[in-house]
Amino acid sequence: MSGKVVEINNLVVGVGAQPDAAKILDNVSLQVSEGETLCLVGESGSGKSVTSLTIMGLLPKKILVPTHGSVRLAGEEILTATDRRLRALRATTMAMIFQEPMTALNPVVPVGKQIDEVLRTHTSLDARSRRKRILEMMEQVRLPDVERIFASYPHRLSGGQRQRIMIAMALVLEPKLLIADEPTTALDVTTQKQILSLIRDLQKDHGTAVLFITHDMGVVAEIADRVAVMRYGHVVETGPLDAILRAPTQDYTRNLLSAVPSLVPRAARPATASAPVVLDTSELTKVYRERSILGKVREVAAAKDVTLTLHRGRTLGIVGESGSGKSTVARCILRLIDPTSGGIRVIGKEISFLSRNLLRPHRKHIQIIFQDPYRSLNPRLTVGETIAEGPVNYGTPKPEALRRARELLELVDLPPDAISRYPHQFSGGQRQRIAIARALAMDPDVLVADEAVSALDVSVQAQVLQLLDDIQARLGIALLFITHDLRVAAQICDDVIVMQHGHIVEQGPAGDILTNPKQAYTQQLLDAAPGRGWDFANFRPLAAGMAAPAKTRDIALNS
Amino acid sequence: MAIDTIEPSSISAGAASGPRVSLRPSSTIITIAAICLIVVVASAIFAGFIAPQDPQKLAPAMRLKPGMPGFPLGTDAYGRDLLSRILYGGRISLMIGVGAAVVSVTIGLAIGLVSGFFRWADAIIMRIMDGLMAIPSILLAIAVVSLSGASLKTVLIAIIIPEVPRVVRLVRSVVLSVREEPYVEAAIAIGSGLPKILWRHIMPNTFAPLIVQGTYICASAILTEAILSFLGAGINPETPTWGNIMAEGRAFFQIKPSLIFWPGVVLSIAILSINLIGDATRDALDPRMKQRKAGK
Amino acid sequence: MLGYLIRRILAAIPVMGVVALVVFLLLRLTPGDPAAIIAGDLATPEQLERIRTSLGLNEPLHTQFLTWIWKILQGDLGVSLISQVPVIKMISQRIEPTISIALSTITLAILIAVPLGVIAAWKHGTWIDRVVMSLSVLGFSVPVFVVGYVLIQIFAIEFRWLPVQGFRSITGGFGPFFERAILPTMALSFIYIALIARITRASMLEVLGEDYVRTARAKGIGEAGVLMRHALRNAAVPVITVIGTGFALLISGVVVTESVFNIPGIGRLTVDAVLARDYPVIQAMILLTSGLYVTINLVIDLLYTLLDPRIRY
Repeated sequence: MSGKVVEINNLVVGVGAQPDAAKILDNVSLQVSEGETLCLVGESGSGKSVTSLTIMGLLPKKILVPTHGSVRLAGEEILTATDRRLRALRATTMAMIFQEPMTALNPVVPVGKQIDEVLRTHTSLDARSRRKRILEMMEQVRLPDVERIFASYPHRLSGGQRQRIMIAMALVLEPKLLIADEPTTALDVTTQKQILSLIRDLQKDHGTAVLFITHDMGVVAEIADRVAVMRYGHVVETGPLDAILRAPTQDYTRNLLSAVPSLVPRAARPATASAPVVLDTSELTKVYRERSILGKVREVAAAKDVTLTLHRGRTLGIVGESGSGKSTVARCILRLIDPTSGGIRVIGKEISFLSRNLLRPHRKHIQIIFQDPYRSLNPRLTVGETIAEGPVNYGTPKPEALRRARELLELVDLPPDAISRYPHQFSGGQRQRIAIARALAMDPDVLVADEAVSALDVSVQAQVLQLLDDIQARLGIALLFITHDLRVAAQICDDVIVMQHGHIVEQGPAGDILTNPKQAYTQQLLDAAPGRGWDFANFRPLAAGMAAPAKTRDIALNS
Repeated sequence: MAIDTIEPSSISAGAASGPRVSLRPSSTIITIAAICLIVVVASAIFAGFIAPQDPQKLAPAMRLKPGMPGFPLGTDAYGRDLLSRILYGGRISLMIGVGAAVVSVTIGLAIGLVSGFFRWADAIIMRIMDGLMAIPSILLAIAVVSLSGASLKTVLIAIIIPEVPRVVRLVRSVVLSVREEPYVEAAIAIGSGLPKILWRHIMPNTFAPLIVQGTYICASAILTEAILSFLGAGINPETPTWGNIMAEGRAFFQIKPSLIFWPGVVLSIAILSINLIGDATRDALDPRMKQRKAGK
Repeated sequence: MLGYLIRRILAAIPVMGVVALVVFLLLRLTPGDPAAIIAGDLATPEQLERIRTSLGLNEPLHTQFLTWIWKILQGDLGVSLISQVPVIKMISQRIEPTISIALSTITLAILIAVPLGVIAAWKHGTWIDRVVMSLSVLGFSVPVFVVGYVLIQIFAIEFRWLPVQGFRSITGGFGPFFERAILPTMALSFIYIALIARITRASMLEVLGEDYVRTARAKGIGEAGVLMRHALRNAAVPVITVIGTGFALLISGVVVTESVFNIPGIGRLTVDAVLARDYPVIQAMILLTSGLYVTINLVIDLLYTLLDPRIRY
């Protein structure tokens, strides 16, 4: 049994202690060995986080209760351990880092002190040697200027730096097991890449066993030695990385892999230069002014000189990391915020400086779908009322608008009886379909999708992308697609704009930009895309320079 | 007196993770509170049938008697029946509670919507509200009553003025957070005008917190009326209100404490019941709990 | 920091301006002749004329307001219509008992309420939580004078442990002061404890659900450390806010409590002034307490920046 750091056998976790309670985890068995990384992969609700919290003994008491099975950490049973013993094991033998580096650190305590707390709790070192150990550890996680950061409050640090602090805090006592729960999900790709390689390097140096939880197959391909696929509280399939990616035995694993969009751009669609321009902007700029107390005005250009052109029936992607200004551009174009300067023309009509009232007749030409499907529908209105609201605003009689809403629901593959139901009765993917129907009810010429599939599980994401593609083919709508995900951009866009710090770095046909970028930043983004060496949907590594396989676009998932 | 209802959720925006069980006052307590309230309200309404004596009838020979047949709780310093006075006193107190709640919620809602949606109005309105909130409500109320004369109307106005700013703040904070919701932006994008957005997408979000706030205002108004009467700045002392009965009892406290004790108990039970029902309503309407039920 | 301080003080000016305007208009906009209202039904024409001149009621409204404000800014709050003593002097003579009672109430309330709230949140959903919450609802529901009389009945009349009413300055020895201050302090702190315990519990519950609390537990820190070092410090801002806004509640309570316990403080002064329609005293009291309220909340705003490094100036 030597070498096995964690052994979970037949673990059952129920809601409450009753034997007939709903099971969040059902018969889960896993092992992680010394120096090994096990990736726990699954969509939301699969039970992967509950598994990690069970190991740490951090399940909410009396609400989630392990009712069966065993969890052994370095041979010691965790499920029956006392609270006191669990506290002693945490940070010394097992440690954990979390998804949100922004909220995982105490905002009112300097980060050095937060690491120090671990040493003070678990060791008897004096203040000086504790400080020395912490600074060493901070250097190991490659933080710059460690003395300054030691005394900084979390809000002064970037997301990547905070996650490094979390890692330093987790590893400062060299635990045998590190649990990483989606540690890079909230980070930009370039930061994600650095954090992943940091975890890998530290693991190599310390021989730590890593249980890495993620929903992202790309990340799995980057970091895993072995993979366990979870769904609805069961372990569906376990195996070495290569075996899972090349020859998955279970349908669910196959579906999950098939749904991952390829990084290789899809075959270019015939360019239709003759198609009319439906949207163009010229030197669109949005500047935020911040006034400090002393009256100094600081200007921050959220978007600067953005010029773009979108033709009927085409899809233009804007890609970039957080803070690149891609959403600012979208919101300016919709006139949800007012641009500082520059022009926006929708079907040739300049709308950038129209007043709210004069703008209204033009609003229907351009519609938007938002990221968060749980907040983009009014919870108090039925689906029918939501979809019909727009046409009614423009004079369509209510009965006719409702009839049209029914047709649109069919178009977005929802049952017609959805019309009289409320948003909370639908899943995230279904709500996004409703949002699409609401936009289509206006017969728009341009549809702006602002990270519209980013909050969805990968299988649902594939379905919604397919839907957008179908709608475009059928109605000839132009799509402005805002995303941080190069894989999604590669599969849906004809043309791509890469933005950084409010500026356009590079723009051109997707095929060129995403295979032969001219600019260093675009290259950097592509390099950082996790799992770029794999063609997941075809269960094989990607040969360099390979053309897009036709198959990737037509995935029909039935999950 | 007013119960401040700022909950920290409005201050720290972080969404709590992990399941939580809210403390709901157990349903038995709520049932008891509801029954108590119904009894108090019914006995005030039907005081004319239940009361054993005429609450205004003076009987000098009967001063400060202990409980006896026909006078279950004894008599006050003028020989009037204490129980009858308490029963009739509920009428004014409850009327003031309900009236203050309805009026201040209505006014506060209107001002709060304007303040939350129109930036130019917001600065001015909020300065005025800050100013009104800075004045201790009891001082403002007794000043108003003492200057304008003690009638039911002035007492109501005196109670409502300090409550309005709290309602305005509540409504405004709801409007400010809801107007950033994507579904409101989506409504703008599909060409809905301002009145429609306010009416259809924003205002309904204020109803749940306002119902809760309304119950708290009701309780606090009854309390304030009692304090005003107690200090001698309330409705005409002839009229039986819970506060007036206690105010008259002050002088005889050492001889007959029940003159303060019984109205105090009834008053406290009424306010307690209303507060408990308010708490229960708040828990039932808590959007976070609702979302958890509806969400994944 | 200095800039922030200056800005906050500047922001307080319009608030006080509104207060002054309300106080000013309160008398002038009341239907009828203000002088007659103040003087009552039995006033002679000479008395009315005297009141008019002393309040400047013969001038146009805006002139009245400006002269009035100007006087106030110079520290002249007027003269009592009844005793002819300058209001400022009346207040300063009677402020000591009020301050003693108010300070001891705030101290007692915080010492009891914060631990109660923390424990209730920590033992969330258990009987301890229920008891604390029930007591807190009770605290909101029983009027302070009822609490006061019940306390008198028990401790002064039944057991005869303490004097019924009155006040002794602390300069005359702690014993006599304590004997007379303890009951009003208890009565007054009842609602304050309810308020602070409730907000502490709610704020702690919110914070205990935060990610960094989970991080702290994942570090293997004991519950006491989690609660005090991580949760309470983050939960403090709403609690302190409520202590500040609760000051208005305290003032209301003082007015009533001083009447119940026969304490010669400014609360009693106000009630007597109201009953005698001594308007200069009433208006001075409103201005003074509102000013105090604004100042306290200003100080609390500054305290935030010490408690939470994220709040920028």
